[in-house]
Amino acid sequence: MTARDRALFTLVGPREAEHAAMRSGYSYGRATLRAFCRHRTALAMAILMAALILYALVQPLLPGQHPPSTIYNDAETGLQLRNLPPCRAFPFGTNAIGQDLWARVWAGTRVSLLIGVTAALAEMVIGTAMGMIWGYVRPLDGAVTALYNVVDNIPQSILLVLASYLLRPGLGTLLVALCLTGWLGMARFVRNQVLLLRDREYNVASRCLGTPFRRIAFRNLLPYLVSVITLRVALTVPAAIGSEVFLTYVGLGLPAGMPSLGNLINEGRSLMMAASLRYQLIFPAAVLSLVTLCFYVVGNALADAADPRNHR
Amino acid sequence: MIRYVIKRLFQAAATLWAIVTLVFFLMRFLPIEGYFPEYDRMDETQIQAALTSMGLNDPIWMQLGRFYGALVRGDLGESLIYRPHVPVAQIIAEKAPVSIAMGLSAMALSLAAGIPLGIAMARGGWVGRPAGWFVIFLTAVPSAVYHLFLQLYGTAALGLPMLFSADHPASWILPVISMSLGGMAFYALWLKRYMADEAGRDYVRLARAKGLPPGAVTRRHVLRCAVIPLAQYLPTAVLTTLAGSVYVESLYSVPGMGGLLVEVIRRQDPVMVQALVLIYSALGVVGLLLGDLFMAALDPRVRLAGPARQEKGGSHDSEG
Repeated sequence: MTARDRALFTLVGPREAEHAAMRSGYSYGRATLRAFCRHRTALAMAILMAALILYALVQPLLPGQHPPSTIYNDAETGLQLRNLPPCRAFPFGTNAIGQDLWARVWAGTRVSLLIGVTAALAEMVIGTAMGMIWGYVRPLDGAVTALYNVVDNIPQSILLVLASYLLRPGLGTLLVALCLTGWLGMARFVRNQVLLLRDREYNVASRCLGTPFRRIAFRNLLPYLVSVITLRVALTVPAAIGSEVFLTYVGLGLPAGMPSLGNLINEGRSLMMAASLRYQLIFPAAVLSLVTLCFYVVGNALADAADPRNHR
Repeated sequence: MIRYVIKRLFQAAATLWAIVTLVFFLMRFLPIEGYFPEYDRMDETQIQAALTSMGLNDPIWMQLGRFYGALVRGDLGESLIYRPHVPVAQIIAEKAPVSIAMGLSAMALSLAAGIPLGIAMARGGWVGRPAGWFVIFLTAVPSAVYHLFLQLYGTAALGLPMLFSADHPASWILPVISMSLGGMAFYALWLKRYMADEAGRDYVRLARAKGLPPGAVTRRHVLRCAVIPLAQYLPTAVLTTLAGSVYVESLYSVPGMGGLLVEVIRRQDPVMVQALVLIYSALGVVGLLLGDLFMAALDPRVRLAGPARQEKGGSHDSEG
C-alpha cells in the first residue's frame, strides 16, 4: 500500500464489540465432550478403559510385581510352582510351568493393545488417505473400485490366514496382515462420503479460487469425516485384538514366548477340562472381554458425540 | 434390468478371474519344502525330479495356463500331505454336507432370533435395553472367547456332549447355537439401524397420524421396508454355510469344511490351502452377485441408481 493509498483509504479494524455480541459460544471440542458425557454408561466405560490402559502400562513399574516370564520355584522343595491357585503372592495364580499369571495377563494386555492400536492407526491413516484420493480423483474411481471388489470378496479371515501362512508368524507379520486388509473398509466409507461432498457448492467455490487439493482435503472434507473415522478406529481395536486370538488358535499367531491375550487364552483352553485350573482361562478372557467391550461402547458413543448434528 | 444383470455377471467373472490369478501367484511364493512331506530326507536331484514331474519347473505362464485349464475342468488337484493322492474334490464332497446342514440350521436360528432382537432394540424399553446389551456384547467381545465359554458351561449346564458326533442329535445343539450368535447380532444391529432410518419417513408419520396403533405401524410399515436391505445378505449367508465356521467346527471337532482349513494349514498342505481359499472366495463372489440380483428384483430403485445402495451404509464387511 503506497502513501497515497493510505491517504485515500482508512483501514477499519475488526469491530470487536459487534463480533462479541454475535459469537455463539459454540466450541466443537466442548460440545462433543458435553454430548459424550450425557451418555452415562459410555462415560463410566471410558473411565474404566482409561484405568485399564493406564494400569497395563505402569504395572511393571509398580512395587511387588513379578516379571511375566520368570519361572518360580518353591523355596523349600525347589520344584516349580505349577498351577498354583490364586493367592496373595500371585493374584491370578501361576500357569502350568510356574509363571505369574497376573503379570502375564497385563503383559498380554500390553501386546494386544499394541496390536489393536497399531492396526487402528494404520487403518486410519492409509484408509483415509486412499479413500480421499479414491473419491476425489474421478479417473481413478473405476480402477480402484475394481481392485476393491477383488480384495473385498475374499473373506478377511482367509486373507489373514493366507498372509500368516505365507510369511513367518510373529508380531510383525500379524500387524502387516491386519493392516493389509483393514484399511479397505475405511477407504470405502471415506470414499462414499467424499463422493457426496466433493461437488457441493462450497467445494466448487474453493476449487475455482485455486485452493490446492491438500487444503481442500484437510479443511473442507476431513471435518465432515471425523465422526465416521472415529467410529471405524474405535471398532478396529477390538476387532484386531479378536483377530489375534483367532490366528493364535489356528496356530498362526504370536510365538508362545510372547504373552498376548490370545496366547494366554489358548494356553488356558488346553487346561479348561480340569475345573480347578479353569482360572487360567477365565482371567485372561475376562480382561480381554472388558477391554474390547470398553473400546466398542466408548467408540460408538464418541462417534455419536463427534457428529455435530447431535450437538444441542 | 437385463443390462444390469449382464453388467453384474461380467463384473463377477472378472473378479473371480483376478482372485484365481492372485491366489496362483501367492502360492508360488511358498517355500518348496511345503510340497514334500519328507523334504529332509531328499537330495537335490530327487527334489528337482519331483518338481519337474509336478510341472513346477516349467515357465510360470505355462503353469498358470495349466492351472486355469484344470479349474475349468473342475479339477482342484490332489492333496499332498493331508491325505496324499486323494483328489481335493473328493475330500470336500465328504466334508461339505455336515457344514451345510449345520450352517443352514444356524442361519435359520440367527434369523429367527436376530429379527425379533432388532425390533426390540428399535423399540427400546424394558425388553429393548437388555437386548441391546446382549447384541453389543456379541459384537464387541471376540467370538473366540464366548464360543469357548458356551462350550465349557453349556455342556455342563445342559448335560450335553462336549464333542460332535453325527448320529447323536443332541450334540448338534451347542455348535448350532454358537454358529448362529454372530449372524444374530449382525441381523439385529442392521435391522435396528434400517428401522431407525425408516421411522422418520413421511409415510410412517402419516400412518401414525391416522391413528394406527404403534405396534401395527411397526409391523405393517416400518418392518416391511427395513427387512428388504437385509435380503441382500441372505445368498451370501446361504452359500458360506458350505465353508463352515472355522472356529466352532474345530472346537467341537465337527468333521466339516471349517475345521478342514485349520487342519490343512497346521499340516502345511499347499494344494489343499489353495483349493479351499479359492472355494471360499468364489462363494463370496457368487453370494454377492446373487445378493445384488436379489435386491434388484425386490427393489426397483437399485437398478436405476446402482451405487446409491452403498451410500446408505449397507456394508457387508463385518464378517468373521
